[in-house]
Amino acid sequence: MTATTASTASPASTATTASTASPEGARAHARAQGGTVVETMPTVPAATAADWPEDIADTLADSDLLIAETVAGGNYTTLAIQRGTVVEFTDLEGDACAHLAIFNAADTSERLNVADTVKIQWQAYLAAGAMLLSDRGRVLATIVADSSASHDTFAGTSTRGVNEARYGDGSPQGGTPSGRDLLILGAAKHGLSPRDLPPTISLFQGVRVADAGGLDFLGSAGAGASVRLRFELPAIVLVANVPSPVDPRDDYISTPLRIRAWRGEAATLGSAEAVATPEATRAFGNTIDYARAKGL
Amino acid sequence: MTTDLPVHLAGREVVLDEVVARRSPWSAQIAAGDELTIVDLEGNQAVDFLLYDSADTTVRYSAPDTIAAQRNVYLTEGSVLRANTGDALMTLVHDEVGRHDTIGGACSKESNSLRYGHHTVHQHACVENFLAEGANWGLGKRDLVSNINFYMNVPVEADGALGIVDGLSAPGLSLTLRADRDVLVLVSNCPQINNPCNGFNPTPVRMIVTRAAR
Repeated sequence: MTATTASTASPASTATTASTASPEGARAHARAQGGTVVETMPTVPAATAADWPEDIADTLADSDLLIAETVAGGNYTTLAIQRGTVVEFTDLEGDACAHLAIFNAADTSERLNVADTVKIQWQAYLAAGAMLLSDRGRVLATIVADSSASHDTFAGTSTRGVNEARYGDGSPQGGTPSGRDLLILGAAKHGLSPRDLPPTISLFQGVRVADAGGLDFLGSAGAGASVRLRFELPAIVLVANVPSPVDPRDDYISTPLRIRAWRGEAATLGSAEAVATPEATRAFGNTIDYARAKGL
Repeated sequence: MTTDLPVHLAGREVVLDEVVARRSPWSAQIAAGDELTIVDLEGNQAVDFLLYDSADTTVRYSAPDTIAAQRNVYLTEGSVLRANTGDALMTLVHDEVGRHDTIGGACSKESNSLRYGHHTVHQHACVENFLAEGANWGLGKRDLVSNINFYMNVPVEADGALGIVDGLSAPGLSLTLRADRDVLVLVSNCPQINNPCNGFNPTPVRMIVTRAAR
């Protein structure tokens, strides 16, 4: 049994009786479907979405509201965003898990490096203030707000084989897709191949390390938890919303993930995150000099 | 340096027996069923280690899949080194140290700039070794992922604090990996001198490939 959100499908029959035997009839049939609203979908234009965070909707112009999408459980999306963009992820019902692969859009050979992220910060548990570091000694994104603090830098995402064993299927076309299968699709849409997929982090379904290195599933902080990432470089972000690979529950439980993105300003050398530690000061220094030299 | 085989390899046929110089890269194809033994000749020498399916190098070692499958962040005897597909690539069948790292990744010129300062950028680093050796096999930067650090000690504390601390190894301690399929092994004998992973003194290691005697 699965518990993904089945709300991505349009109603089977929209309000039309047009025959689809001719191009004209088929066109009318297709066009009659426009405007359908389901729970999990992108909203375009983004500014017309109903549920922007109040602090953002009250202060930004509509033209600064960039992306509004709610990703179904067992589904994925990709974001292509400029430097300074803030992306908010919200675990609407408490069982979202956002598996993230992040690339520098100006040079996709530079990508998230989970090992450097935890090693350089001397800390494996992500929380507000943490940097997501690339393999080039630069900050891809900064966690600027986090009401969950239940995240995972260890277990990565799920694979087809493991999902087949656990749920009977792991393919993208099935009901219990693996995170890796979805990230491969997301990567392909940006000209990237399975070779390019680095280890990922995941938000909202945390783990903790117990004595002797054992990995404990901490799970969700509850419905409504959100995380804001401020991107310090232009980025391609692959987002798979699938269960944690170490979620101990027998069912594939994956609920909607809301994404909102708006225009913001990248950190400066004086930003709180950049002066927090010597490692951060050097990381933001590397990032800001690189962005300036490259004209980003 | 002794050329005697570690005692646990007694009776096995030696396919290859090489010393990797300090600070240097190394690679080899290991056939399914063969075993690779790494000997920490002088003690506390981090051996940065990547692993690929010889038949399809897009299938490569995955630290998260390995950790998720064994529900533990440390590698020890019995640990199965898994690919990004979840499949077994090698198994750690003999370990005289007790615990190895797969969280800390490889040192690089770039990460050294963050950890120690920009004065270390022109020091040699493991990523340089991986890139140089990988190029011989058609592998490039996009093929580098979070690696294993044999003989390196990275404890993770209850509050998530972690760090590369003094090693647990000693001169002559060895470990043995069995290839569960044909694999390509890529090694950087770590040149780091700014943390205790090599006891602040990079030293050689020995690589011995053996198979069951016919």
